[in-house]
Amino acid sequence: MPDVEALERLAQLVGRGDDSTVLATVHRSRRAEIQVAADRIRETLEVLRGEGYTHLMSVHGVDYYPEEPRFGIVYELLSYEEQDRVTVKVRVPLSDPHVPSVTPAWPTASFQEREAFDMFGVVFDGHPDMRRILMPEDYIGHPQRRDFPIGGEPVLFTGNEQQNPGWWK
Amino acid sequence: MTEERPKDEERDGPVPEDGSAAAATREHDMDATTGERERGARIADETSGTTPQGDTSGQPNEGDAHPGTTGTGQDPEAASGGGAPTALKERDEDWEELTKRYRASEASIDFSTQLGAVATQDEAELLTINMGPHHPATHGVLRLLTTLEGEVVRDVKPIIGYLHTGIEKTAEDKAYWKAIPVVERMDYLAYYFNAQAYCGAVEDLLDLDVPKRAQYLRVIHLELNRIMSHLVWLGTTALDIGAMSILWYAFRERETILDLFEYSSGQRMHTRFIQIGGVADDIPAGWADKLLRFVEEMPRRLDQYEAMLSKNEIFLQRMKDTGAVSAEKLQEWGVTGPLLRAAGVPWDLRKATPYSSYDDFDFKIPVGTTGDNYDRYAVRIGEMRESVKIIHQAIEGLPEGPVMTGDRKVALPPRHELATSMEALIHHFKLVTEGMRVPEGESYYPIEGPRGELGCFVRSDGSSKPARVHMRDPSFINLQAYGDMVRGGYIADMIATLACIDPLLGGIDR
Repeated sequence: MPDVEALERLAQLVGRGDDSTVLATVHRSRRAEIQVAADRIRETLEVLRGEGYTHLMSVHGVDYYPEEPRFGIVYELLSYEEQDRVTVKVRVPLSDPHVPSVTPAWPTASFQEREAFDMFGVVFDGHPDMRRILMPEDYIGHPQRRDFPIGGEPVLFTGNEQQNPGWWK
Repeated sequence: MTEERPKDEERDGPVPEDGSAAAATREHDMDATTGERERGARIADETSGTTPQGDTSGQPNEGDAHPGTTGTGQDPEAASGGGAPTALKERDEDWEELTKRYRASEASIDFSTQLGAVATQDEAELLTINMGPHHPATHGVLRLLTTLEGEVVRDVKPIIGYLHTGIEKTAEDKAYWKAIPVVERMDYLAYYFNAQAYCGAVEDLLDLDVPKRAQYLRVIHLELNRIMSHLVWLGTTALDIGAMSILWYAFRERETILDLFEYSSGQRMHTRFIQIGGVADDIPAGWADKLLRFVEEMPRRLDQYEAMLSKNEIFLQRMKDTGAVSAEKLQEWGVTGPLLRAAGVPWDLRKATPYSSYDDFDFKIPVGTTGDNYDRYAVRIGEMRESVKIIHQAIEGLPEGPVMTGDRKVALPPRHELATSMEALIHHFKLVTEGMRVPEGESYYPIEGPRGELGCFVRSDGSSKPARVHMRDPSFINLQAYGDMVRGGYIADMIATLACIDPLLGGIDR
């Protein structure tokens, strides 16, 4: 992990020219995180790529319900040269769950953004194929949301689709 | 039968449930026979009335069948099926409607966007076929939408989700300890790795130190698991290519490893051996000897596998120069593990960012040169050899000491203390019922799984249940590069390449 100074330097680089880009930095024993505005995610990752963080290892969603902005999208970056990791996070509210897709620049994000869309309903603008990936295509709702009940959804046995009580409404 | 049944009824007296029921149905059968024949004839008439004129061959058959079955009077289906024709008809219409809607929804899926560039080149020559989800060569329920031009693969789209079990969601509803067994079931050939990634992430949040002996025991089991996983890969891959006997040899050694797992933890699979703060128990007496016997045996077994495969003409022709992708391309897709190392990138988290005392051991990272399927095979064989070396060093240098952290807020108190210490009893009760509380925060803990970087993201909201558990499963990420690997190759190589990716659908769909 970069130490506190290195993390602040990265945050400075990311936020250069635009004060509203970096929202917060978090430093823990094994975690260095930069939180940025959602519409600046592409630029942020490009800046960090220039700093040696050339690999995007993971993209995943988090639901901070009942906090707002509710959804978090976490990007785990890795530098092979420095053997170092840094995390970038964006937060988007339920009312406007849109994040620019980073798939055009980082192909590895493709499946993972689709999964985040599937599970949380966060839409990645500019993704070439923004469809569900794990749940059935006609599924309604986003099951990884914190207010989605575990075991609360009715089982769709073949033939009882009409009896669906509309639990998602 | 007809002779015996009345005897049973007489002997058993007034309330023999089975006997009377049987008798009743038989009577019903006998009653039904006459009515049945009529009804059957009517149905036959109706169907013959609606069938197109061309379909005359079906009528005589049907006419033959009904007298045949009704004549013997032993057709239970005919008897029970003819209960209420109107209800049956309604249900049929229901089904028809359902089927119609299903077909409509099926037809509404537009594949043109998915196949875009390829399909427009020369549509007449291209054939799109669906492979899977149930196909023995897809190693699970993976569906491959394949566009072929003759024998050449022009495009392939993996369609996944058939094994989605919502484990990440389930884990959110369990206390931290109780989430370990569900997390283990994601990648079902790498359960020790799943547990290690998850427990490591939680230990990060707790800022917990794991005793050295527990770390070594973890390493031993992780490496055994890696060999086990690679053996399954070896057997099934060779099977896909047509070499059957290697499967039995690979599974023989796998059995030995599973026996070791059973010996140390009581389970062959999904052992829940690794837990937050250490391991579940110390190894039993005699386990180390058994392990050492395996460690001495395994290199010779690997020699035997290589003798069977590495100079096998058919195997080489199938593996050499197939499915190769450059390292840069693989890294763009986020591919890690043996696939990336086969392309010549010596990236191994055990070396790069050592966890669980991996820096104590002397081992090498096998790398390939071209990144074709043969290199993938060779790298995995090499990894098994290195794993054996690590296990040997770890069991020889196994330090004494506890196998579980001393932090009583995390670890259960020893059994004997429960009888004498009130505080131990309270903590035991709290841990078992509510579970441990983990300070607020997030952590991402990556380890080197058998298929690449296995990272576990855990978010804690301060309660005793994780607010989010996410696995960055290597199979899921690696599958994205599959299209690049097989495009332009033969369909037979597509199968070999899929096998060499080693996709684990339990890990992909989670």
